[in-house]
Amino acid sequence: MIHSLFLVNSSGDIFLEKHWKSVVSRSVCDYFFEAQERASEPENVPPVIPTPHHYLISVLRHRIYFVAVIQSEVPPLFVIEFLHRVVDTFQDYFGVCTEAAIKDNVVVVYELLEEMLDNGFPLATESNILKELIKPPTILRTVVNTITGSTNVGEQLPTGQLSVVPWRRTGVKYTNNEAYFDVVEEIDAIIDKSGSTITAEIQGVIDACVKLTGMPDLTLSFMNPRLLDDVSFHPCVRFKRWEAERILSFIPPDGNFRLLSYHVSSQNLVAIPVYVKHNITFREGSSQGRFELTLGPKQTMGKGVEAVLVNSQLPRGVLNTNLNPSQGTYTFDPVTKLLTWDVGKINPQKLPSLKGSMSLQAGASKPDENPTINIQFKIQQSALSGLKVNRLDMYGEKYKPFKGIKYMTKAGKFQVRT
Amino acid sequence: MSANSAFNEEKGGSSNVGEPEYGHDPASGGIFSSDYKRHDDLKEMLDSNKDSLKLEAMKRIVAMIARGKNASDLFPAVVKNVACKNIEVKKLVYVYLVRYAEEQQDLALLSISTFQRGLKDPNQLIRASALRVLSSIRVTIIVPIMMLAIKEAASDMSPYVRKTAAHAIPKLYSLDPDQKDCLIEVIEKLLADKTTLVAGSVVMAFEEVCPERIDLIHKNYRKLCNLLIDVEEWGQVVIINMLTRYARTQFLNPNMNESLLEEGGGEKAFYGSDGDDDEEEDKDEKDKKKAEAPSVVKRKPYVMDPDHRLLLRNTKPLLQSRNAAVVMAVAQLYFHLAPKAEVGVIAKALVRLMRSHSEVQYVVLQNVATMSIKRRGMFEPYLKSFYIRSTDPTQIKVLKLEVLTNLANETNISTILREFQTYIKSMDKDFVAATIQAIGRCATNIGEVRDTCLNGLVQLLSNRDELVVAESVVVIKKLLQMQPEQHSDIIKHMAKLTDNIQVPMARASILWLIGEYCEHVPKIAPDVLRKMAKTFTNEEDIVKLQIINLAAKLYLTNSKQTKLLTQYVLNLAKYDQNYDIRDRARFIRQLIVPTDKSGALSKYAKKLFLALKPAPVLESPFKDRDHFQLGSLSHLLNAKAGGYQELPDWPEAAPDPSVRNVEVPEWTKCSSREKRKEKKVEKPFYSDSEGESGPTESADSASDTASDSESGSEESGSGSESEESDQQSESGSEEDEEEEERKKKKEKIKAKKPVPESDSEQSSEEEGKKTESKNKPRRGGSDTESGEDKDSETESSESEEEESEEESEEETKKKKKATVSKPPSKPPKIDNKKEKKEMSLLDLDDFDPAPSLSQVTPLNNFLSSSLVTDLEGLSLTDNVLSPTTITPSGNLKTYELLHRITGEGLSVEYCFSRQPFSPDPHMVAVQIQFTNSAASEAKNLHIEDAKLQSGMRMKEFPEIETLPAGETVSVVMGIDFCDSTQAANFQLCTHTRKFFVSIQPPVGELMMPIFMTENEFKKEQGQLMGMNEITEKVTLGEKCHGEHAVIQRVTTAANLSRVPCGSDKECRFAGKTVTSGSLVLVSVVTKDNGAAQVTVNCEKMVIGTMLVKDILQTLTQ
Repeated sequence: MIHSLFLVNSSGDIFLEKHWKSVVSRSVCDYFFEAQERASEPENVPPVIPTPHHYLISVLRHRIYFVAVIQSEVPPLFVIEFLHRVVDTFQDYFGVCTEAAIKDNVVVVYELLEEMLDNGFPLATESNILKELIKPPTILRTVVNTITGSTNVGEQLPTGQLSVVPWRRTGVKYTNNEAYFDVVEEIDAIIDKSGSTITAEIQGVIDACVKLTGMPDLTLSFMNPRLLDDVSFHPCVRFKRWEAERILSFIPPDGNFRLLSYHVSSQNLVAIPVYVKHNITFREGSSQGRFELTLGPKQTMGKGVEAVLVNSQLPRGVLNTNLNPSQGTYTFDPVTKLLTWDVGKINPQKLPSLKGSMSLQAGASKPDENPTINIQFKIQQSALSGLKVNRLDMYGEKYKPFKGIKYMTKAGKFQVRT
Repeated sequence: MSANSAFNEEKGGSSNVGEPEYGHDPASGGIFSSDYKRHDDLKEMLDSNKDSLKLEAMKRIVAMIARGKNASDLFPAVVKNVACKNIEVKKLVYVYLVRYAEEQQDLALLSISTFQRGLKDPNQLIRASALRVLSSIRVTIIVPIMMLAIKEAASDMSPYVRKTAAHAIPKLYSLDPDQKDCLIEVIEKLLADKTTLVAGSVVMAFEEVCPERIDLIHKNYRKLCNLLIDVEEWGQVVIINMLTRYARTQFLNPNMNESLLEEGGGEKAFYGSDGDDDEEEDKDEKDKKKAEAPSVVKRKPYVMDPDHRLLLRNTKPLLQSRNAAVVMAVAQLYFHLAPKAEVGVIAKALVRLMRSHSEVQYVVLQNVATMSIKRRGMFEPYLKSFYIRSTDPTQIKVLKLEVLTNLANETNISTILREFQTYIKSMDKDFVAATIQAIGRCATNIGEVRDTCLNGLVQLLSNRDELVVAESVVVIKKLLQMQPEQHSDIIKHMAKLTDNIQVPMARASILWLIGEYCEHVPKIAPDVLRKMAKTFTNEEDIVKLQIINLAAKLYLTNSKQTKLLTQYVLNLAKYDQNYDIRDRARFIRQLIVPTDKSGALSKYAKKLFLALKPAPVLESPFKDRDHFQLGSLSHLLNAKAGGYQELPDWPEAAPDPSVRNVEVPEWTKCSSREKRKEKKVEKPFYSDSEGESGPTESADSASDTASDSESGSEESGSGSESEESDQQSESGSEEDEEEEERKKKKEKIKAKKPVPESDSEQSSEEEGKKTESKNKPRRGGSDTESGEDKDSETESSESEEEESEEESEEETKKKKKATVSKPPSKPPKIDNKKEKKEMSLLDLDDFDPAPSLSQVTPLNNFLSSSLVTDLEGLSLTDNVLSPTTITPSGNLKTYELLHRITGEGLSVEYCFSRQPFSPDPHMVAVQIQFTNSAASEAKNLHIEDAKLQSGMRMKEFPEIETLPAGETVSVVMGIDFCDSTQAANFQLCTHTRKFFVSIQPPVGELMMPIFMTENEFKKEQGQLMGMNEITEKVTLGEKCHGEHAVIQRVTTAANLSRVPCGSDKECRFAGKTVTSGSLVLVSVVTKDNGAAQVTVNCEKMVIGTMLVKDILQTLTQ
């Protein structure tokens, strides 16, 4: 399956290589660099590149290309999904997944990769098992290790690998037993010129942080489970129970994990929480263009819209802008032509606006494309779809855990066409 | 120190690849690293006593490896630490070892003993990790050690170790593909494993080593389906992909009679509704159908195999997996296997995946694009999910566009076109070009919008961006070709564009259009040519060619106006730099300008140039990609990747579904068995024959009755047959009653069987284990068979019980003797064995031989000295159930052709009778014995549809009209194997069913004995030297000393006759192959110390080698 892995940074250097079978020369990456040159944008490098003897499957995360070398037929998604899992694990271990972090922890990285694949076939990818095998580096531990010469490698053997619940490590102990659940919904929408919604859908996830002693068995029920008709679960969720009773029943992994993700599709009516009034015009012959943008809240169920950020890729013909924001700050990068307006919180009484003019290249004809406006925002304490958790119960352990549930709505890919 | 290393970091960076032999190690301290004594500091640290120093050194070394630096010269220093107590050091040493062992094979061997010790550790995790590292060391010398370790680990108590064993299989296979056969045995064993931990890994190994051995899956199919949901996600992907392929070979196409669905709709719904609950009924129904009309398969309503349904049902929940690869795997399974009506469920899940990382999106969209061509309706509700955002990467945009285009139809085209309109304004010009092409495709596919699209595209011609205009021109050209008459104004418009457009492809397209339809624009065309003639020299080659083309066409239609222009253009072209253009000009001049020399062709010039050209078909690049398994790498690349397993086509007729039946284990039967025993006491006499159905029967009778009944058996056979049938009719009434009761019983048992699937599986596994433990040294592949064998024995032996009461005193005495001779060891086996012996006794002493049997009485060269030894031998073989253990010479091996369970009551066995086949001396006689243990009689047993290798022939046995329940009948057929051990495949048909069976001859059966004198033998042997002679040394097995034993064994293994020989240290045998008559000479020279030398001389080298192998095997045991 996966023969080798090369990590390539944004400047095209291979800074880590790992082989699970015979060594594949790093020159195989030349094909990748070729493809990289051909692609206009970093994300346009094709994920699968055939070469005479191998196939390169790559993912791009945190501006690092993870290039897997394979030699024969294997489902490409298998490799891609695995590479993403690797990145997630690194992130989990080092907090960030950057070139520097990987270089600093190269031994841990190597140990992790060694455990995650055996002969190119995934072996242990559950973070709970990995953490039992290799302890994540913390500042304290690093200090202790340098002094005492002890190691990051777990002394005990990973018993979790053998149990019926491989995702949970054994012998968990906490003094404060707590379980937190975050219901986070992202709204993806395309709004057309006239302000009507072309498509809107909600992508929701429930992320959990469970720190409970022993082997707790949790059940989570919803007020309106009918909303969830398109769901994917963490392997710990008992699917049969969900099918029959619409109740989530599971033995949670220890620590952070994604319990489920769901999709509320465009067939259901999705309320759009903000509206945008815009007027972006270029006049033929003149070297000036007008730019007006006003944001306002809409159907937010009484909650405030926060952390609003607007950005837009202006046409190439725009030389500079002279805009005046009613609140927040704006920047325009004349090289990339990217306009960013950090709005902050929307005040319904005094709507934020950005008005002014754009100077165009003299003599050039007016650009015939209109920029799209991408908006990011957050709404605390509300899930846009209306999903509500009813109750959380714990079985199998005696103590009373502390429980908490948080809701949040965010903009996902929220675009306004002009 | 830190300053030093920082300094080195820089240095290391600069001298990165330049001087690999000095592989500047940035991690090592600068003080120590001198050029000729590099890594000395590391070596020192590794040699020290402190773990912390060792660890530090190992960390640096691993960092070097990670950066791709060469650290191989440290090998000896590192390997020393393989037994280090510190876990992390050990782990890092493993990492190092696996990386460099291949390069330093000899030194790597030093570490092996550590792992071998680890393999015996009481802790399962240590055992597993030892095996993991051991199998990762790619050193060919240790292949046997690895093989042994894998075999041992495969039967380890711990499932985790077994999983590691499964992982090790592909490693060993890639190291030494010759181990394939052994590895397949291990795979087969592990496939039977019950734990979810092992399932994924072993299927992975199966896919890498022997994906073609789909037969290994049969017995495990249901188990895999049921375990699937609990297997870890990566294993799920592999299993689902494999099961997709499996299902394609074993089930019928659920969409095969789409058209019949309307007629038989009601009926179908009926089947569908209760298909799951009363599987049995369903099956019966199906069987009946098959029996009624095997030829009109097409007409009968399709009923899904319950196993097919099981797969679909058990994979469906996995669409909810968080792992995109699993979801995709299920989606492709549904796409390839599910009835049309059910495929829709995957759309939602696939659309959900589109939210994932862009690489996932890329792959999913590729697959959706292929699916949307075949099943457009499936994705139509999700049209809007494929709308394009300006932030998508271009490759995603283009794929989404592809999907949108595929989904376009009359109803949604207006919304799609509106979307396209916004896309055209995008800043991403590659994407705009793709959109224009998409519009073109929509226009060709949907007639109603053709004009709208065309108008839109014409508007784009005034776009400022040249690329957009060029792409539009190209697309318009294609569209116009479909209906040029109505659009002369568009052509005019485009003619005007030639002044502005600079993109060569677009200019060429316009010129071609004008030339092609010059009759529609008679005034403009010559003018365009005039303009082009002016700029000719500055045009691109592609445009020049089109100018010549235009000139030629105009010359043919309007020579008055354009004659001079054409001449001018052709003259320019004549002196062009490009030879293509010069050639074209010369060619066209000859063709269109009539001269004396130009022959008949110029008359047809007009026809040549202005022939009606077919309009181009704009079709998706994803069309027909679904012949690749979706989700595969090959599908993505649209080219076969290495190791891709072709997705087979649906079979015409369903292969035998009963191969997946799992054995009902012995102990669950016990209760019903007891009842049956009571029942059977009053059984009529005719059931005697059932007693003869034991698997060893033919062999038994062969050894005994051969000599005395050879001559007269034929007559007596027919006589007794009629006698028996008389008896049957006499006891008819009784039989009926009895029959009915028995049926009821059977039904009960049947009803029990399919319900608790997992239960029965579990128990079957247990049983499997039992048999495993009982007889370890068995040939591979016979595992399940023997399990079944025993089962059938117990059944037949039940009937023996009561027969034994009628046995004579003498027999019982003997029986006792036999029992004494080998006391039973295990309680559950006791009665089994006893019955076994009873049976053999019965057969031996049954002086009225079975009528049907007597037809063929095998030749017997070496009669055993006494009945008692014979008995001993028999009981032994029966118990061990291994054909390769000591068998008295006359004993013929019986092979199973069709098992009772598979055959639904009909069991068939065959043996090679070693008699000349009288109808054709070039055929091998095969004696086939049918036993009907079902409740009803089997009719019309015959052979059909033989699939033989070229050159092979077969003489079928005459059809057996009826085989009453409980009866046994033997027939002889002849097969000419062409002196090869390739199997003869054919269908065995009853009046209701067809079974695929195959007969594969051991090499020893492909020959017949001839008689020779010693001198003749020596002479012939002298002629068959060199390549034709194969000599092997062997140490004789313990029980194999002495001339007699050797002779017995060789003649058992091969059908040869003994050649007299002066020396008692040497045994000689001779024979010739049945088909070609090539001589086969074998000599075995024994020495005092138990060693022996086997020599085989045979013209056919293949046969020779195989024979040597067989003989060696029998001699060593």
